[in-house]
Amino acid sequence: MNKARHNKTNVIAAHAALIAYTLIALFPVFVIVINSFKTRRAIFREPLALPNADTFSMVGYETVLKQGDFFLYFQNSMIVTVVSLFFILLFGAMAAFALAEYRFKGNTLMGLYLALGIMIPIRIGTVAILDMMVATGLVNTLWALILVYTAQGLPLAVFILSEFMKQVSDDLKNAGRIDGLSEYRIFFNLVLPLVRPAMATVAVFNMIPIWNDLWFPLILAPAEEVKTLTLGSQVFIGQFVTDWNAVLSALSLAILPVMALYVVFSRQLIRGITSGAVK
Amino acid sequence: MPALKLENVYKSFGSVEVLKDINLTVEDGDFVVFVGPSGCGKSTLLRVIAGLEDATKGDVFIGGEQVNDIPPSRRGIAMVFQSYALYPHLSVKANMSLGLKQEKQPKDLIESRVQKASEILSLNEYLDRHPAELSGGQRQRVAIGRAIVREPKLFLFDEPLSNLDAALRMNTRIEIAELHRTLSASMVYVTHDQTEAMTLADKIVVLRDGRIEQVGSPMELYNNPANQFVAGFLGSPAMNFLKKKDGQGGTIGIRPEHLRVAKKGKINGTITHIENLGSDTNLLVRTDTGEPLTIRMFGQHVMAVGNSISLTYDDEQAFEFDAKGHRVN
Ligand SMILES: Nc1ncnc2c1ncn2[C@@H]1O[C@H](COP(=O)(O)OP(=O)(O)OP(=O)(O)O)[C@@H](O)[C@H]1O
Ligand SMILES: [Mg+2]
Repeated sequence: MNKARHNKTNVIAAHAALIAYTLIALFPVFVIVINSFKTRRAIFREPLALPNADTFSMVGYETVLKQGDFFLYFQNSMIVTVVSLFFILLFGAMAAFALAEYRFKGNTLMGLYLALGIMIPIRIGTVAILDMMVATGLVNTLWALILVYTAQGLPLAVFILSEFMKQVSDDLKNAGRIDGLSEYRIFFNLVLPLVRPAMATVAVFNMIPIWNDLWFPLILAPAEEVKTLTLGSQVFIGQFVTDWNAVLSALSLAILPVMALYVVFSRQLIRGITSGAVK
Repeated sequence: MPALKLENVYKSFGSVEVLKDINLTVEDGDFVVFVGPSGCGKSTLLRVIAGLEDATKGDVFIGGEQVNDIPPSRRGIAMVFQSYALYPHLSVKANMSLGLKQEKQPKDLIESRVQKASEILSLNEYLDRHPAELSGGQRQRVAIGRAIVREPKLFLFDEPLSNLDAALRMNTRIEIAELHRTLSASMVYVTHDQTEAMTLADKIVVLRDGRIEQVGSPMELYNNPANQFVAGFLGSPAMNFLKKKDGQGGTIGIRPEHLRVAKKGKINGTITHIENLGSDTNLLVRTDTGEPLTIRMFGQHVMAVGNSISLTYDDEQAFEFDAKGHRVN
């Protein structure tokens, strides 16, 4: 850190604010995790206490791992999230490149049309989507979810990525053209690496809603073998009794993969590889 | 055979006409410089020549071949950009050899061309580095190297020196001039720096609002400008323009070095500013009729701001322009 520009009080104040924010943000997660290791009575008697010898219990995790096919749910969620993100990023980036790079009739209109999806929630079309999925025989397949989530994520992806792609130096793309690179190679080898931080942002934005979604799995893919983790966890929440141990354990487990994905993407966010390209 | 020929080239972006009726021939081995104020269409013209933009109308010939429908990579050109535009993920060597690789040239030919280019530009030590690990001047040399290895029929430069500092700019300018001599290649060079234009060019093309104002050798343009715009654009300090007193809106143009101090001269005024450059002295004068003038005198002179001064010039060294800016004498 540059000493000349940072005096001590400022540094302390900034850190205090950041630490306070971190504590507030992490508190619910912390409560969920500690309670997942406690007996049911202890959860209700002292929700904020750490588990001790008396109250420690793995009963929640045991229920979760025994009940249903938890690892399958895990795997389903993972497949749906990763494949959807892949398609969102691939098609989003391609559309964004076309909008940012090529002058054609209706370019602006096309951009507006693609961005419209940001404002209209996809759930409004649930009935029509279900009809289509039934007609195409995709109900109760992971593809049903992947297609819907890809459609849901594309508008914002196109919007954000096209803004970033407009910033990529024209000279660099033109140098590639003069050297005989195809438009595909210009896209994949020159442009994509330079918008990697934006891609990571889009991925993070889309990942959480997809991972947590309950609506579409419930409607489009409720069958046992394609259940996602969020849907699978619902068996513990009844109308009259809820198995809190199991719910909290399931939630704690569900955090892990998202965290892993987040770490992957945020490394991309931080890595600035644009330096040296221009200027 | 001319290296480049443009015939009635027009270019519009939507309804905006950026290039209007451009006709130009660049002879083999010529160093041609495009100059003009910002936004006059220099880069656009260069991109049309390169094939990065399609001309709206007109024909482009490179080496005698019509290239209107030929992609940039097969036009036999190489281009150096203002922002260097090096591939950030490739080493210097890979940057230089990519174009040849795309052409599927044999490995040993690529190797020898890269070797030769890096020797000319003294880049040997840097071949394995990435662009991020180079200084600005080194990066620009790599960009020039990338152009050289392709051995093009025509080099295109778009303000290649404007991101460099003054000392480096001068060195690189000399390097480019030497390059032109050793390769005896045809080059088209865009700049808005008139020192670059004057020192490098065999032929200068002055552009303004998408039109060619005048084409000629640097001294031709300097000594015999076709109109007031060209006269004012070339030369530093710029030419002085005084209103004629004939009531028809004409102008007289006098270069700062053609004015001299006299006992009883044609122009009287007051000194408003003095620039002592050591070798030269520049005086800024406001005439009694309120017009600003610059005088350039050789050597060092002792003057004071606020003093009145009388100036004169030889009529044969003055340029006369009509109300539309056309040359009349
Ligand atoms: N892609 C484009 N779309 C619309 N207008 C453009 C486009 N590219 C350039 N122009 C316009 O064309 C004109 C000429 O631009 P150009 O870049 O050729 O100028 P220039 O002479 O190179 O200027 P500078 O010295 O500042 O680089 C400008 O008015 C510019 O606004
Ligand atoms: Mg330009």
